[in-house]
Amino acid sequence: MIAIIDYGVGNLFSLRSSFAMIGEDVLVSGDAERIRSAERIILPGVGAFEDAAAKLRQTNLDAAVLEAAAAGKPILGICLGMQLLFEKSYEYGEHQGLALLKGSVVDMRKAIPADLKVPHIGWNALHLKRPHPLFRYIQEGDCVYFVHSYYATDCDQSVIATAEYGAELTAAVAAGNVMGCQFHPEKSGPVGLNILRAFCEI
Amino acid sequence: MITKRIIPCLDVRDGRVVKGTNFLGLRDVSNPVDLARLYSESGADELVFYDITASAEGRALFTDILREVASTIFIPLTVGGGINTVEDFDRVLKCGADKVSVNSGAIRNPQLIEEAAHRYGDQCVVLSVDAKRVAGRYHVFAKGGREDTGMDAIEWIRSGVARGAGEIVLNSIDTDGVKQGFDLEMLAAVCAVVQVPVIASGGAGCIQHFIDLFQTLPQVDAGLAASIFHYGEVEIRDLKQQLAKNDIVARLV
Repeated sequence: MIAIIDYGVGNLFSLRSSFAMIGEDVLVSGDAERIRSAERIILPGVGAFEDAAAKLRQTNLDAAVLEAAAAGKPILGICLGMQLLFEKSYEYGEHQGLALLKGSVVDMRKAIPADLKVPHIGWNALHLKRPHPLFRYIQEGDCVYFVHSYYATDCDQSVIATAEYGAELTAAVAAGNVMGCQFHPEKSGPVGLNILRAFCEI
Repeated sequence: MITKRIIPCLDVRDGRVVKGTNFLGLRDVSNPVDLARLYSESGADELVFYDITASAEGRALFTDILREVASTIFIPLTVGGGINTVEDFDRVLKCGADKVSVNSGAIRNPQLIEEAAHRYGDQCVVLSVDAKRVAGRYHVFAKGGREDTGMDAIEWIRSGVARGAGEIVLNSIDTDGVKQGFDLEMLAAVCAVVQVPVIASGGAGCIQHFIDLFQTLPQVDAGLAASIFHYGEVEIRDLKQQLAKNDIVARLV
């Protein structure tokens, strides 16, 4: 069973529906005990980093994620949920993340030409940097749906896919059992569902 | 690079999709869930649902449809029509909408844009504007294009973005339903003053109109249309392929 961590950030309707669509049992919960019983963890998130990180700590669900990571369970952070896996974010100040991945989250405006619109919103092609089980059912150049203004940088070896938007932006990361995607697989049509399906088989 | 988006718009009344010409003469087209699935499979990048129902029963039917669409189709969904309060945002977001489009509700209460952007993020708030040429200026029209507010459209859009609107849908009443192409002049005037995505609406009659749109105005992010897709005059798959052939970045399925 897959647990989608519900810590009061964002709308989980589509994420829950997309797992139902691919025939996976899913639990949407903010209860650490129930999350502990899951084999796989999804860490979602939209909005601002500081607020989301604070909510994750207030609910003590940060401990549940760290525990699952230490136990070797596959974890997938999505969008802001992916950003939370890093050491820190510089969104409106400097904030600590879960530090499951090396790197930090910074404003893309510092990296891309000034005439490009921010947020980076819409469908963009994935450039696969190395083979990974998450990509089992997708191909180089497949498009996925992004909505973000900050991106992960200095990620060491964890970048497995990027998207080109005036700069090479981190699109997907993985280090062992800890994975993340900046885009929304639950809004990326069949390509997105195939990424979730692949995650369920890891 | 980010792709240009093609967005079919479904006006829903009493559980059915309808499309008017110049906002009048509504005609029934199809089942919204079937149509949404068809569009998604043929490569639509996003779907817009406008609730044009007035009754409470119709509204409940609309959210049922939305829920069904959102649980079977996994592309971004924007919902508009009858959005007057932050509670209306909440109602449709809970049914699976990703973005919410405000029009007359924001004209009556511009604060709505700020409140919603603050609660759900700028990316969630779409400002939809029906505009028409009046005495050499672009005026904002309310109530589905029936009422001239006298407001300057360019100023209204600029202030809407300042309040937190994350995206603009510009529907030209002058070109809507006429099928002679998008209102490039009006769109250029809007693109000159905002940095958020602009979605062109009103006037598409054939594939060439989308090519003209993106070639003439590369700042425009998306093209929205209804009847030409509903009646099969333009197939989204063909449209995407023609865009790609003309070196316009498009998502092919």
